[in-house]
Amino acid sequence: MEESGRGYGVILLTFLVAFVLAVLPLPPWLMWGRPEWVALALIYWTIALPHRVGITTGLLLGIGLDVLDGAVLGQNAFALVVVALLALILYQRLRVYSLWQQAGVVFVLVGINQLICQWVQNLQGVGARSLLFLLPALSSALLWPVMLHTLRGVRRRYEVT
Amino acid sequence: MSRVLLATAVVVALIAADLHFNQLERGRAVLDTLLTPVFWIADVPSRISDWGSSQLQSRDALLEDNERLRRENLVLLGRSSQMASLQAENVRLRALLNSSAMLRDDVLVAELIGVSPDPARHQLVLNKGARDGVFTGQPLIDAGGLLGQVVEVAAGSARALLITDATHSIPVQVNRNGVRAIAEGTGALGSLEVHHVSATTDIREGDLLETSGLGGRFPVGYPVARVSTVERDPGEAFARIVAIPTAALDRSRHVLLVFTGGKPAGDGDSEG
Repeated sequence: MEESGRGYGVILLTFLVAFVLAVLPLPPWLMWGRPEWVALALIYWTIALPHRVGITTGLLLGIGLDVLDGAVLGQNAFALVVVALLALILYQRLRVYSLWQQAGVVFVLVGINQLICQWVQNLQGVGARSLLFLLPALSSALLWPVMLHTLRGVRRRYEVT
Repeated sequence: MSRVLLATAVVVALIAADLHFNQLERGRAVLDTLLTPVFWIADVPSRISDWGSSQLQSRDALLEDNERLRRENLVLLGRSSQMASLQAENVRLRALLNSSAMLRDDVLVAELIGVSPDPARHQLVLNKGARDGVFTGQPLIDAGGLLGQVVEVAAGSARALLITDATHSIPVQVNRNGVRAIAEGTGALGSLEVHHVSATTDIREGDLLETSGLGGRFPVGYPVARVSTVERDPGEAFARIVAIPTAALDRSRHVLLVFTGGKPAGDGDSEG
């Protein structure tokens, strides 16, 4: 019991770091390409611990991200619930994929995340006018190997299971 | 599976409630208060670099800076000494015209601790909140002019919408002749569009647009933008007017929250 409590602390901490990275001020030319840190962390933890992290986590993280973003409440929540669901469906396959195959799947998942966010933003009338909003899918996929190794290191170091 | 349905229902309910009923402000403010530390942490690197550059400045640069500020201060003092008599005159003239006196607005200095991570939204996060008396709808200015307005207030932080956000519009008047119009944000930092101005209206390039006070949200007389292009197409009913905000929207680190002391804003508005 105690051990699983500690595990939650570690998971929570990684998500907190993802939140900070998600609002870190960036120069304007980098802003469109900001990786979706929270989605990446969610994907990793869902694949690694599908019995503990999943849709509810996605929902709560999404609401937090909406508040940080100043977005419509539910926008990122919707997107991350869908991402978590897809990751839950795919996790067995993803575990045996090679690194770059995984990155490809991450590209698609974050792309879906971006599309849903865009869709909700359009409901509000603040959609992007170019396809630049898909850029984070690419940057997230490129960062996936780094993310995977870091979080796997954290998980093994603190024996989160 | 039931969890998926439940999550979907929650999400759809949230989106609908937020988009159509604006019922979630309380909950949002609470979450905002809880999550404000995230902005503090994210702000640490720029704080360190600020600190570093202020510590590592050379003596010469500081002396030069000091000299420049002294000169600037002298000029401003000179101007403001004239201002006192002008203000007195203004009060007398307004009294003659039987209109209410213009009062000076109080300001509160706030520091930027974050910007919206979403490039499609132009929002700032400030380090002053409900504790300091910040309220929703409060105007925000910097040295150059109007920046925007507060849209969300948490306990120790507030979120402000910039005038260039695609969802923001502001009633303005031309400083030169009082022509009124609405300036809308375009979603591009550094430009506003003035819509629905008929092609024959007297607006020229270089005109200063200032707040008109109509709408009752912004106090009258703060500079907003300078007209940069006016296109009059004979085939169109309206002119296409683009203006550049006078405030440093993407550069100000310190901003001023305006308290329209008592009621003068309301008075100003009623006269239009």
